[in-house]
Amino acid sequence: MLDEKVFYPGKLDIAWCPGCGNYGILRVLQKALAELDIDPHNLVMVSGIGQAAKLPHYFNCHYFNGLHGRALPAAFAISAVNPNLTVIAESGDGDMYGEGGNHFLHTIRRNPNITNIVHNNMVYGLTKGQASPTSQRGFKTPVQPAGVINEPFNPLAVAIALDASFVARTFIGEAERTKEILKQAIRHPGYALVDILQPCVTFNKVNTYQWFKENTYWLEGHNPLDRRAAFSRAIEESEGGKLPLGIFYINPNKVPYNQAAGIYETDARPLFQRSVDLEKLKGLLQSYKE
Amino acid sequence: MNSAFDRKDCSVVLVGPAGMGIQTVEQALVKVLKSAGYHIFATKEYMSRVRGGMNSTSLRVGSVPVSAPVERIDLLLVLASGGVTHVSGRISSSTVVLGEKEHFSQEMPSGIRTIDIPFEQIASEIGNKLYSNTVAVGLLGAVFHVEEPILEDFVQKRFAGKEPKVVEENKKAIQAGFAQGLRLVQSGLLDIRLQPDPRVKNQIVMEGIEAVGFGALAGGCNFIGAYPMSPSTGLLTFLAKHGKRFGVVVEQAEDEIAAINMALGAWYAGARGIASTSGGGFALMAEGFSLAGMLESPLVIHLAQRPGPATGLPTRTEQADLDLALYAGHGEFPRAILAPGNLQQAFELTRHAFDLADRCQVPVFVLTDQYLADTYYNTEPFDLSDVQVKHHFVETQEGYLRFALTESGLSPRGIPGFGRGFVAVDSDEHDEFGRITEDLSLRTRMVEKRRAKEKFLIEEAIAPTVWPASKKEHLVVCWGSTLPIVQEALEVLGREDVGLVHFPQVFPLHPSTAAILAQARTRICLEGNAGGQFARLLKAYADVEITHRILKYNGAAFTVEEIVRRLKEILK
Repeated sequence: MLDEKVFYPGKLDIAWCPGCGNYGILRVLQKALAELDIDPHNLVMVSGIGQAAKLPHYFNCHYFNGLHGRALPAAFAISAVNPNLTVIAESGDGDMYGEGGNHFLHTIRRNPNITNIVHNNMVYGLTKGQASPTSQRGFKTPVQPAGVINEPFNPLAVAIALDASFVARTFIGEAERTKEILKQAIRHPGYALVDILQPCVTFNKVNTYQWFKENTYWLEGHNPLDRRAAFSRAIEESEGGKLPLGIFYINPNKVPYNQAAGIYETDARPLFQRSVDLEKLKGLLQSYKE
Repeated sequence: MNSAFDRKDCSVVLVGPAGMGIQTVEQALVKVLKSAGYHIFATKEYMSRVRGGMNSTSLRVGSVPVSAPVERIDLLLVLASGGVTHVSGRISSSTVVLGEKEHFSQEMPSGIRTIDIPFEQIASEIGNKLYSNTVAVGLLGAVFHVEEPILEDFVQKRFAGKEPKVVEENKKAIQAGFAQGLRLVQSGLLDIRLQPDPRVKNQIVMEGIEAVGFGALAGGCNFIGAYPMSPSTGLLTFLAKHGKRFGVVVEQAEDEIAAINMALGAWYAGARGIASTSGGGFALMAEGFSLAGMLESPLVIHLAQRPGPATGLPTRTEQADLDLALYAGHGEFPRAILAPGNLQQAFELTRHAFDLADRCQVPVFVLTDQYLADTYYNTEPFDLSDVQVKHHFVETQEGYLRFALTESGLSPRGIPGFGRGFVAVDSDEHDEFGRITEDLSLRTRMVEKRRAKEKFLIEEAIAPTVWPASKKEHLVVCWGSTLPIVQEALEVLGREDVGLVHFPQVFPLHPSTAAILAQARTRICLEGNAGGQFARLLKAYADVEITHRILKYNGAAFTVEEIVRRLKEILK
């Protein structure tokens, strides 16, 4: 087990509000990675834009802090071209489920070996308080003054519908259990979604620490290998129930992308260590003479 | 046409609806005519549909190299009614029309020589009317004096693996066609005698898009995420076909936004990615393109142009996305735009694009178009003698700074998993490490650092090619795919005082540009767009005044005759 301090980058001017759920996610993730013995030099964090997407800046590791909503395609490619890297794609609910919604769907279909952490606070923080795809009906904002009228996006139900290979939700108020879920997700070979509920202390006065405590509960006696049961637990909230927490679904039979694509079948080296095969190229050119 | 056919090349056009076998006949003819030692060129125009409509393929068969389309039709093979009307503007008294009588008798202008061949009947007698295409190949083979064993050998290879009956019947079909052709030759109705060229045998025949693919492989490309879009799709198909053998990761992306972000992820982790699309797809990529500028990431973009705006004419050609490539992406950062003029350049420039992008840490365009992508001819095999991919990333040390401020503007590029440093990149303005900053004086230096890389692109810019080298009073200026067409047009025009300047790199311009163009009194810029985009670029970046423009924007490629006509109007 590594000392989690290997992930501490030293003193930085952090852009999060005091009391923000992001601090908890940062600490828990550092602990989980240390407990998994992941060398920071083999860790790549990929993020988009938003307050959550700044997390890699407060981490000692490689990072690709790209465009709003576009973390997943970059993370997919990074994991495809170098299988030795631990790749974590993390960002907020607006980034992953809104701007990047299409990439969310199709990355699940690809099943790359990445962990997708979504900081879900049901509001836009960095743009100052508009509704996010997961904002609940009736939630009032400067852009939705009469309250949100759209159906909230249900990431877990969507992921299970797409047969994502690992689907979990947790609440950052529960640090220890969150850490354990993250460890399982990171160890999981293939795509793993961890939706982390967190309060936004500045722009979401409804879904507070207290609210999450009162409106969530841990799954018990649930078999995560049962996809139908998982889906039915994932839609409880749409039916007016509380938000279940825990590992909803695992499909251990899904083949991760790199294996399905056969990239490392005959050559285990990451792409950057390979070179073009001149003899094969000559052979291919020869075939164009006929 | 008769035994007095005295040209150095014959223009053969096949016309018919999609799905009727034009492509089958075309591919077969190209193979057998090349085997017989003739130079061969083929280009097609087709509708954006899978079946029906009316498409045509234009072939040129030569005793000399042929690499440009002509309007003239020497021999027209009509596969269905409506075909003659489709190409009526290209038919003249020297055209011979070949086909089933009922396919052309209604539409035929008077004075045109026609030869009725009952292809279907011949094919049906052998066993299946589907063999009509094979009969046609046999017939045309005989007319071009291809030896019968070459044709039979072709059938053997083409249908290898099919059941023996199919091979046997196709052999019979090709023999029957050959006999028909011999009859035409012996009776003097149709006899095309061209001199085979022994050099052809060892040459390759390839489509433009395949030459781009070859250049990509030779340039070390090992990642493509792409969304299919005509006319760029051929590159995705090429890399998918050969990817596994060459260790290329090929993924069909959900959209072009994902595609370009994947390519950037691949480069970040030490692979060589290409983003391949057409104008509409690149419009979606513009955000990711700007990210390449901010991350100082190498990136190669293959942008195959087709007529816009919006969906435009999906399967036709244009050179109207030069401005798009030149100005795409918010913010300021350098880029290079390469525009191959022929197959050799498509290979060389694509390969070069990977090296240039890697060395200078900038995005590089390979700007092609539907005409170049879908056209093929024979050419010397590409020179693979010095193919050696040199990576330009470094092994990082502790304390590594991805965006270290250096005198040249280039910071050594590290990749994750190689060395003891951390490789941090950010789409926000960042400090030398890669962390977000709002230090405005640092911002100024970072802007200057990114822009400084343009001087490398200028130093390495490929000079325009000038033909002939001597001073000329009139210069035709062109870029990209129009090169061979203008070359042949100038040969036909045959004026001593007219020269050609072709730009294989359109941005940044080579420093010699202004001086080369200043020597002429008349500078005629020929391009496939309505706005004269390259002429504007020359004015803006080299202060060169173009005196005349030859523009075309109907979706069709230029032809040799058309360029000759339009040059004559200008150079009265």
